[in-house]
Amino acid sequence: MSDKSFSIMGGYNTKNTVEKVAAVIFIICAFFAVLAVFSISLYMIISGTPAIFEVGLVDILFSTTWAPTAADPSYGILYVILTSIIGTSMAILIGVPIGVMTAVFLAETAPKRLAGIVKPAVELLAGIPSVVYGLLGILILNPIIYKLEMTIFKNDPAHQFTGGSNLISAVLVLAVMILPTVINISESALKAVPKHYKQASLALGATHIQTIFKVLIPAAKSGIVTAIVLGVGRAIGEAMAISLVAGNGANVPLPFNSVRFLTTAVVSEMSYAADTHKRVLFTIGLVLFSFIMIINLVLNKIMKGGKKNADS
Amino acid sequence: MRIKKLAALLLVSLLTVSVLSACGKKSEDNSNTNTSSGSESSSDLKGTITMAGSTSMEKLANVVAEAFMAKYPGVTISPEFIGSSAGIEAVLAGTVNIGNASRNLKDTEKSSGAVENIVAIDGIAVILDKANTVTNITKDQLVQIYTGAINNWSAVGGADQPIVVVGREAGSGTRGAFEELLGIEDKCKYSNEINSTGGVMAKVTSTPGAIGYVSLDIVDDTVIASNVDGVQPTEENIKAGTYLLSRPFVMATKGEISTQSKEVQALFDYLKSDEGKELIKSIGLITVD
Repeated sequence: MSDKSFSIMGGYNTKNTVEKVAAVIFIICAFFAVLAVFSISLYMIISGTPAIFEVGLVDILFSTTWAPTAADPSYGILYVILTSIIGTSMAILIGVPIGVMTAVFLAETAPKRLAGIVKPAVELLAGIPSVVYGLLGILILNPIIYKLEMTIFKNDPAHQFTGGSNLISAVLVLAVMILPTVINISESALKAVPKHYKQASLALGATHIQTIFKVLIPAAKSGIVTAIVLGVGRAIGEAMAISLVAGNGANVPLPFNSVRFLTTAVVSEMSYAADTHKRVLFTIGLVLFSFIMIINLVLNKIMKGGKKNADS
Repeated sequence: MRIKKLAALLLVSLLTVSVLSACGKKSEDNSNTNTSSGSESSSDLKGTITMAGSTSMEKLANVVAEAFMAKYPGVTISPEFIGSSAGIEAVLAGTVNIGNASRNLKDTEKSSGAVENIVAIDGIAVILDKANTVTNITKDQLVQIYTGAINNWSAVGGADQPIVVVGREAGSGTRGAFEELLGIEDKCKYSNEINSTGGVMAKVTSTPGAIGYVSLDIVDDTVIASNVDGVQPTEENIKAGTYLLSRPFVMATKGEISTQSKEVQALFDYLKSDEGKELIKSIGLITVD
């Protein structure tokens, strides 16, 4: 080969082809994600709707009896939906204050060396597989909760004992699981608050704590709300850990009842379900899917709102 | 520049080659199985048998597959464990040769063409945690415990301790068999619905006052297998028909066995032979005569 092939003129055609091929490859890769989302949505709708016509939407969503294998089957998932909503909100109520405080600690008050321990710990927490949370729940949390249950319901003949597998255990596990999400996003939101806000507040005579609660947290509001919504998304979509600790009975979501979440309802019965039962499980999946979609829409709204606030 | 160009070309060609080779391999495999299943020689069987179904039959399927493949080296058996109903669905769809079910077939399944070949009988054991002092439970007591009428062990002659009712999820073969045998279909009030046999064992082992049910052959010394109506859950008692809680293990085929491939017929012949019966007995199941 001579040096001539390096000239711009000589290399133009091949160079152009490479560019075009690369562009096509990028487009194909990008469409994989779109294709996946589109086909999942389509599949969920196609496989989730037949049962709605078969059983009736009202009978599925607002009936409380779940007896899919009975001679006269009943597919009510009201308690399951309520469990997912209540369980998730309780996990948020416990997890978010802890998460936001931790974020404040990491972003504002932590001594450098201590932050160097807490920060990696939080990141490690995010990487622990959910089944491990579930196993720890069985081994550590369930016996403790069972002792509590035995003390509270000692003389109650109507109470069904769960052996610690109940809503409280599930909520506690979920609360721990959403911590990393809440902490990481809140921390970056707090760190993104312009320095002069804090300086101005301190200069006006406010204490550090006053500055945190009256200036920094309100300024980072949209970021913290994003963190909460992502936490809700994580909690409502979690299946493995809570299927191990929640007990999986389709009951009223009271603290010491064995309960079933939308995710665990699908997971626990999918392998042996047949006919209408199986199709209803897909419908439950569709309900869960709509929940996640709503959460995402809310998230998008919040993020756009946050941008507007930052611009003005 | 030239290196980048070369790298890009190489990448593209590599992709093309790998895609092409994958296609080639697939078609080759297909032609292999086609020719082998079409071969007429019965003494020298060659081919694959696919089976899928009940997780309760995992032990049986694996042991049978191993022994059969040792006897007929040309045959490959690949068992999968996806649940009774899913297994029957798979055999009806034609994706597997044999569908394992740890229950009698439903009428809808039979009318779709599934044939019920009972190969063994399994006992269901009622298990209690090690610390429990109760050793015998009557049928009525079991019914009352599982429907929630009794919630303390003192009512059945045990310590003053709450009962934690553990069971399997709706649709499970074991649960279906258990509830049917007791006549309490869908009247059960479980506090724990667990979707695997091992999970039930673990829960009962670790929870004081728990009661659960599992296949007899997986009971070990981490739990107590309670007597039912004064009868010990043993092979002899199940065979004699005195033990209440037992169920069939079905290897369903689409159409009669005689219409199946040579390999599948050989497998069923093997299960009916003395050697096969010994094997079934060796894993704690009861043979059918």
